[in-house]
Amino acid sequence: MLPMSDVIHLAITGIAQGCAYGLIALGFVLIYKATEVVNFAHGEFMMLGAFAVLTFSEVLGWGFWPAFGLGCLSIGAVGYLVDAQIMRRIIGQSQASVFILTVAFGFIFRSLAGMIFGWNTQSLDTPFDGRIALGGGIEIGTDRLAIVGATVVLVGALYLFFARTRVGIAMQAASQNQLAAFYMGIPVKRLISFTWAIGAMIAAAAGALLAPVTQVDTTIGFLGIKALSGAIIGGFGSIPGALLGCLLIGLIEPFADYYVPSIKGVSAYVVMLLVLFIRPEGLISQTYQKKA
Amino acid sequence: MQYLFKTRYEDDVRFLAKSGEKIRVGLVVLFMLAAPLMLQDYYLAELGLLLVYAIAGIGLMILTGFTGQVSFGHAAFLGIGAYSHSILMARAVPFSLSILITILIAGLVGMIIGRSASKMHGFYLAIATLAFAILIETVFGEWKSLTGGHAGLAVPALKVFGVTLAKVWQQYYVDLVMAGIVIWGASNLFRAPTGRAFIAVRDSELSARSLGVNVEWVKIQAFGVSAAITALAGALLAHQLTFLAPDVFGVLESLKLLLMIVVGGLGSILGAVFGAIFVSVLPVAISFLKDVLPPSIGQKAGLEPLLFGTIIVLFIVFEPLGIYGRWLKLRFFFETFPYYRKASFVRQKSYLKTERMR
Repeated sequence: MLPMSDVIHLAITGIAQGCAYGLIALGFVLIYKATEVVNFAHGEFMMLGAFAVLTFSEVLGWGFWPAFGLGCLSIGAVGYLVDAQIMRRIIGQSQASVFILTVAFGFIFRSLAGMIFGWNTQSLDTPFDGRIALGGGIEIGTDRLAIVGATVVLVGALYLFFARTRVGIAMQAASQNQLAAFYMGIPVKRLISFTWAIGAMIAAAAGALLAPVTQVDTTIGFLGIKALSGAIIGGFGSIPGALLGCLLIGLIEPFADYYVPSIKGVSAYVVMLLVLFIRPEGLISQTYQKKA
Repeated sequence: MQYLFKTRYEDDVRFLAKSGEKIRVGLVVLFMLAAPLMLQDYYLAELGLLLVYAIAGIGLMILTGFTGQVSFGHAAFLGIGAYSHSILMARAVPFSLSILITILIAGLVGMIIGRSASKMHGFYLAIATLAFAILIETVFGEWKSLTGGHAGLAVPALKVFGVTLAKVWQQYYVDLVMAGIVIWGASNLFRAPTGRAFIAVRDSELSARSLGVNVEWVKIQAFGVSAAITALAGALLAHQLTFLAPDVFGVLESLKLLLMIVVGGLGSILGAVFGAIFVSVLPVAISFLKDVLPPSIGQKAGLEPLLFGTIIVLFIVFEPLGIYGRWLKLRFFFETFPYYRKASFVRQKSYLKTERMR
């Protein structure tokens, strides 16, 4: 049995990791709700974001915060262009083709990043490198706290954005019924691309904040698949559900790795398959099957 | 334009209705039979590998192209086939029995996956199969007593009915016979009610259900058949590889299978074969490209996945029917010459098909 302090430590790192998954999953869910496309390349947006921030802050030497803002914006532009130039053309094609297309995008992004930034692991200096003692011999890195804080702030900001602003409400309308929204004079196409941009920006922010924990290389995009499984566990149709699922995954993972080392790294998928086997629509269900 | 005059009921169920098709298929079969006489061992082995991938492609095509269920983890079934066949062969089980057991095991696993798949929809299935494939790869790596773990597993020699087939042309004929059986069986499947039900489920689950198709059972069947065929390909692949390691059957292999059927053309058996030809030719083309491109680009690591991805994107955006669609257009052009119009194949305006109900 683990001593209590280790349990608490694992739990705290787990929650931080879960928040990171949650940040990535936010983008997945936003894009899914707007277009019913699951963007399998979302982890790659995060990877690109980390590389962009790294380039702006270390290579060009503009400092972390300006680089952070610029990196998020540029990845947001990438997200916008991906939708406006490519995803829009294949509306109406079978879901299979759409999934395969986004997976192919993941491949393109990963190899482009490798060719441009190099395949080696690089590290990004962030302002979050201290440690805070919580008492009882437990201490936690500020990088983890920053992730938790950013998750709370971003979720709050998104909630306000979707509930209060005109653009946010128009986006909700477009996601509920594109045709009706179009008749009401809402520029549906532009809003959908904008949703992609928001999703990509959140992913880029997650990438930059995660950089002290995971370092920066081309494979961190695979975190996206874990975030996706977290979102599926919670229920893909809703943001709270997805966040809850990601937190669960984050909490289960360190303990599973400790107790069952043979499934190290894949415990998230085990949990997801179990949940899907028992409750195919996730813990908090939002989609309804077509009734025959 | 060639008109088909049907004078007997048998005309409706014939595989090759047009005379041109008979000639083309006959020529291909002749070439395949005579290939060992004409080709060197290296090319013959490549041709055998192509046949194996064609079998695997048909397996995935039945599931994704005909039943509309996306699987991102079909390499898992390839791996199950390869490992269980090699393990059985190593325990001195005869070839034919071992192949049968392998097919049964994989079919059963496929049906179990299909049972849970029948409750999921859309991308839940895609991600679940992906997770399944990652898990199976982990199992291959960790179950050391059976699979040899990451150290690998040597595949026993191919021995059919007590005769050891070590030569390349002998293996080639085994592959050819198996591919023939699978292609014939798959074409037959889609003339039968079972296969028609698969297609109905792909086109609209709701209308299939209202026509009395048991959608859940169809999905279970489709997964079972698809897994069994892919496992057969895996068993044959094991003999080609002669040495198995878990990472051979990773996510990349699954994507290669998907690339095959997307580029070949979703929804046709011929498409799977075209796709197999494509992925066999692609590495050659890539190595050729590496010489042509300036070394600053050509020699960089990661060129292959980049090209893989780009080709998939280009095909899905510009030619969703794949090589098979191109072939159809080409044939139509010659058959109706000079009346071919671009509009014959222009896609109709399409809208987002929602899976959500409000």
